Amino acid sequence: MALRDETGPYFGEFGGRFVPESLIAALDELSEAWELAKLDPAFSAELTELHKTYTGRPSLITEVPRFAAHGGGARMILKREDLNHTGSHKINNVLGQALLTKRIGKTRVIAETGAGQHGVATATAAALFGLDCVIYMGEVDTERQALNVARMRLLGAEVVAVKTGSRTLKDAINDAMRDWVTNVDSTNYIFGTVAGPHPFPAMVRDLQKIIGEEAREQVLALTGKLPDAVAACVGGGSNAIGIFHAFLDDADVALYGFEAAGEGAETLRHAATITKGRPGVLHGARSYLLQDEDGQTIESHSISAGLDYPGVGPEHAWLADLGRATYRPVTDAAAMSALRLLSRTEGIIPAIESAHALAGALELGKELGKDATILINLSGRGDKDMETAGRYFDLIDSGAEQS
Amino acid sequence: MTSVASALQLRRDNGTGSLIGYLPAGFPTLDESVDAAVAIAENGVNVIELGLPYSDPVMDGPVIQQATQKALANGFRLKHGFDAVRAITAQVDVPVLLMTYWNPVVQYGVDRFADDLAAAGGAGLITPDLIPDEAEPWLNASERTGLDRVFLAAPSSTRARLQQAVDSSRGFVYAVSTMGITGARTDVDSAAKSLVARLREVGAQNACVGLGISTADQVREVLEYADGAIVGSALVKALATGGIDSVASVARELSRGTRAPN
Ligand SMILES: Cc1ncc(COP(=O)(O)O)c(C=O)c1O
Repeated sequence: MALRDETGPYFGEFGGRFVPESLIAALDELSEAWELAKLDPAFSAELTELHKTYTGRPSLITEVPRFAAHGGGARMILKREDLNHTGSHKINNVLGQALLTKRIGKTRVIAETGAGQHGVATATAAALFGLDCVIYMGEVDTERQALNVARMRLLGAEVVAVKTGSRTLKDAINDAMRDWVTNVDSTNYIFGTVAGPHPFPAMVRDLQKIIGEEAREQVLALTGKLPDAVAACVGGGSNAIGIFHAFLDDADVALYGFEAAGEGAETLRHAATITKGRPGVLHGARSYLLQDEDGQTIESHSISAGLDYPGVGPEHAWLADLGRATYRPVTDAAAMSALRLLSRTEGIIPAIESAHALAGALELGKELGKDATILINLSGRGDKDMETAGRYFDLIDSGAEQS
Repeated sequence: MTSVASALQLRRDNGTGSLIGYLPAGFPTLDESVDAAVAIAENGVNVIELGLPYSDPVMDGPVIQQATQKALANGFRLKHGFDAVRAITAQVDVPVLLMTYWNPVVQYGVDRFADDLAAAGGAGLITPDLIPDEAEPWLNASERTGLDRVFLAAPSSTRARLQQAVDSSRGFVYAVSTMGITGARTDVDSAAKSLVARLREVGAQNACVGLGISTADQVREVLEYADGAIVGSALVKALATGGIDSVASVARELSRGTRAPN
């Protein structure tokens, strides 16, 4: 079977549904609605129209030679998900799930968010479709992504700052699940990445695979051949699977996922789940996760809120075990330096998440050499990260750097 | 018959239902959690549900979350759970079920976990985030060791899923009283009663109701149709605020609900 045909609930030994019984009916309802929607031309037409007239799809590809010169001279092409309405790939998934919410007749949506991009996308769709919206966000993330908190509130969503555990994405998911168990009659959970219980990994993948489908055609049109490598950052893994999927059965295209290594994968402060974790169960699915000997989740660390997650989607766990995709760690420092490099060489300020893919691609370019073409998913823009970048590069206070 | 089923049966033979009390292992300390469990057993609790603290307890409300996070912060390890079971069953003749999220069992090794639990004198497991569909290793291990396995049934479960929960469970089926997480509520949902009736239709011998029960009156109401009433947050809160004496007196008060009002 083609790798692209895998639909869950299991990806090899990964995936499944490890959730309270109370949620099974809602997950079954979603699975069924999604299977029907996938086959319904009216659903695809509505989604395609939104992509075209609301999100701004197809997103561009941009070749970045001045940036690529720092990566061994390999040819580098960015897939510009940063240009989407709301500023990242997250909107692709949310619009599909919001349409599905209407189909199953629910009036309230909830979501978890790390960087705030999924929360902003969900709040946006809720405004567009007239749905009540509550966003769960770890307290640490509400501070480092304060701009996105303001955006969500302006859009009419309630933002709940989650104060339990590590106060980041993992804990936001816990609280969103608790809300869902309690309010499942009226509420749909719009999950933001390819993790969680079935059908989320497969459904979110299906809604994000448009990234790779477009990019595959665009790169062929530009260069006359498929890229040698495709690179993406991996938090839960939605932008990565989104760009990988169209290439899964192209054996000559190497796939690279870049995980957040924080202060270093060899330190205790990182979020390099596949690199350093082992299989277990978290948030409803069996996959790789960062955990101690007793199976307690270990808190992750990354400068990037969107990658600061100790789990990863089951399809990535499967692709890693198969050897079809390669997952590598990228430190905070390498990502921040790539963020500045892209800004200064190409005039594009990437999200810190996406900067992990850029940093990974610079290394990859040096390995593959100047004959190689690397397609990089620029999953989001950096506006939300100006606080963090400003502090990191000392750009904001009076003695600000001007080099 | 397993120890849990016979404890429920014994109460039924006496014309009443059972009170099942939840407390987390390791809270406030390991020794005190043992003393608290012994104290509630001596004050009218018929089956103990001992919770294993876990980092990501999605079925738990704030009271139990706070207690279990404190236990973890104090250095709780899985092996302490078996120590606690051993210490409790050495002192009181009450079956002890462990309530645990699934990943700790997976990481410990399902078979090794079952063996160590049986050796410690534990009665079995309640698994809030494990559905029978995903439970094959545990079904096998519990078959081999004779441990009970308690799966959950929800108001939203289809008849086929209730059937599966009943067929897969041993000891009792945990009927979730309401759509939600643990924590005291002023009313026990009417959904509980119809859920138990639906469980009986598909052959449930023992159905116990949990989530939101916090008073003797609620216990009495539930025991009119169920075999057991499960109380968690109300006990944990008493232990957190008033210590062993307080949790013992709350247990004694709750157990009034297992007897006819006079
Ligand atoms: C711009 C951007 N890229 C990547 C991610 C990580 O998510 P995923 O791995 O699901 O693409 C996020 C998450 O917030 C994000 O905002």
